[in-house]
Amino acid sequence: MALGRTYSVALVGLNGYIVEVEADIGQTLPAFVILGLPDASLNEAKERIRSAAQNSGIPLSRRKITANLIPASLPKRGSGFDLAIAMAVLLAADDIRPTGRTAFIAELGLDGRLRPVRGILPAVMAAVRAGYPEVVVARANVAEAELVPGAQVRGYATLARLAFDCGADPQDLALDFEPEPDDADGPGRDTGPALVPDMCDVSGQAAARHALEVAAAGAHHLLLTGPPGAGKTMLAERLPGLLPDLGDIEAMEVTAIHSLCSLPSGSVQLLRRPPYENPHHTATAVAIIGGGSGLPRPGAASRAHRGVLFLDEAPEYDRGVLDALRQPLESGELVIHRSAGSAAYPARFQLVLAANPCPCGKATGKGVDCICTPTMRRRYQARMSGPLLDRVDIQLEVERVSLAGFGQPAPEEGTASIAERVRAARGRQLDRLLPFGMETNAQVPGRLLRGALRLDAPTTRILDYALERGVLTARGYDRVLRLQRTPY
Amino acid sequence: MRAKDVLGRRGEELAAGYLESLGMRVVDRNWRCPEGEIDIVALDGDALVIAEVKTRRSLAYGHPFEAVGADKLARLHRLASAWCRDHELRMPLRRVDVIAVLDDGVGAPAVEHLKGVG
Repeated sequence: MALGRTYSVALVGLNGYIVEVEADIGQTLPAFVILGLPDASLNEAKERIRSAAQNSGIPLSRRKITANLIPASLPKRGSGFDLAIAMAVLLAADDIRPTGRTAFIAELGLDGRLRPVRGILPAVMAAVRAGYPEVVVARANVAEAELVPGAQVRGYATLARLAFDCGADPQDLALDFEPEPDDADGPGRDTGPALVPDMCDVSGQAAARHALEVAAAGAHHLLLTGPPGAGKTMLAERLPGLLPDLGDIEAMEVTAIHSLCSLPSGSVQLLRRPPYENPHHTATAVAIIGGGSGLPRPGAASRAHRGVLFLDEAPEYDRGVLDALRQPLESGELVIHRSAGSAAYPARFQLVLAANPCPCGKATGKGVDCICTPTMRRRYQARMSGPLLDRVDIQLEVERVSLAGFGQPAPEEGTASIAERVRAARGRQLDRLLPFGMETNAQVPGRLLRGALRLDAPTTRILDYALERGVLTARGYDRVLRLQRTPY
Repeated sequence: MRAKDVLGRRGEELAAGYLESLGMRVVDRNWRCPEGEIDIVALDGDALVIAEVKTRRSLAYGHPFEAVGADKLARLHRLASAWCRDHELRMPLRRVDVIAVLDDGVGAPAVEHLKGVG
């Protein structure tokens, strides 16, 4: 047979597509051509595959090798196709048996070892969905691939071992080559139990503690304003700890995004805890939203999916960066377009903004120490645009801690018991909102607040009055109703 | 004569015999002009065959075929024209063949033949 056929998976964003890899060996001078819109890293696969095969004891044919990645119009990138191409070429040379509907997803090292690749979880999910449940991955990727229900995962350390199992002549194979497991793992994400900061560290700040609890319960976005040192960052860091564990589907989504962003290390499990992202305020729109050349990669907003995106010193961000968040706040998704195609990443995060009240940071309370002019103060606040703040349900001023609250180390309530209350509140919300297809109060649209979930007139009288007088905007009116629905 | 030249000579000898065994007629050997050298010129029916012979003792420095790059191929095609001009022949059917000879000096040398490359 001069034609070999194997399968692999190409990722566009989180969506995977089955790629058919054809290899042909032509009777002409030696060459190696890869067709099907490969990027630079995929084009380098030729050299990796040649060396890996040579060092595994099954050298590639000394003729013209043409590998075609189908569909040819879909841009492909990355090193995950190495193994599928190598197997197709070996198949074309009759070195191994046909591999049927097995998808191969791994990078090859020059010595013939299989190396892990990013995004194995979404890739295997796509393969299973497309009816290719048998996948072969690098040993370091096995744990992650096995998270996918229904996947039949086989992990290999070396190309030689895989070729042997596929019927290659064992005489020349480098079967005794066994790479160190650590070598194959490479640097990766830490899935060990991270140290979660506890609420009991927060002294005083009763109002802020309450606001944080309500925000956690209703998944409301939150703005904390206050002088430096008041504990805004400290509070925001403790929000993820209050949030309930992620459900199966959510955990899968979150793990898939994080799988795209880094290589696995050690034991990979589903990420059950809500993620926490706190980019620096010099971050660009691309860093937050996602992007990059060729096919777009996820940014901080997507990495914070189902978790908390904390923007400290929010007015210091470029205005464009903050306003770019309006779309995901509205739709829970980011669609990024680039030359090589568009990619959609989920980005349903809880936004926490922290800001100083003015450039000098002292315009709190009566603001007697503040040296900023009113114009400076106004300009500083205006850097967070109205449309953005309109979507932030809770806007809270954090006071400087008084000595009374700080002095005696009275035991404050810890994260565990607050989280328990939050969990119960989430349960009640789910009971009420599930008929409408929602889970948390923050998602409820004004239409519903004023319709099916309407409060009686005496309760809303003061609100109606404020709306009439122009003190509250219509959107502000809805926001009060929405927050009111997360009671304590 | 140096060892590598002896080896090359023996390879060309072998290749010429091989081509004749395929029914071709070898008409010229080691034809030189300022542009370079043609190892073997043969006739395969009506077609003029310019054959480049590459001989190696082992694969340690790559396969003989891998030593024939794009530049070399282009030169072989130019040499084909030059040979025709020199002999005042018009040969519309022309092709370049590459013959690899692997001769480790122990067993019988292995001959591989690629027809009409480039």
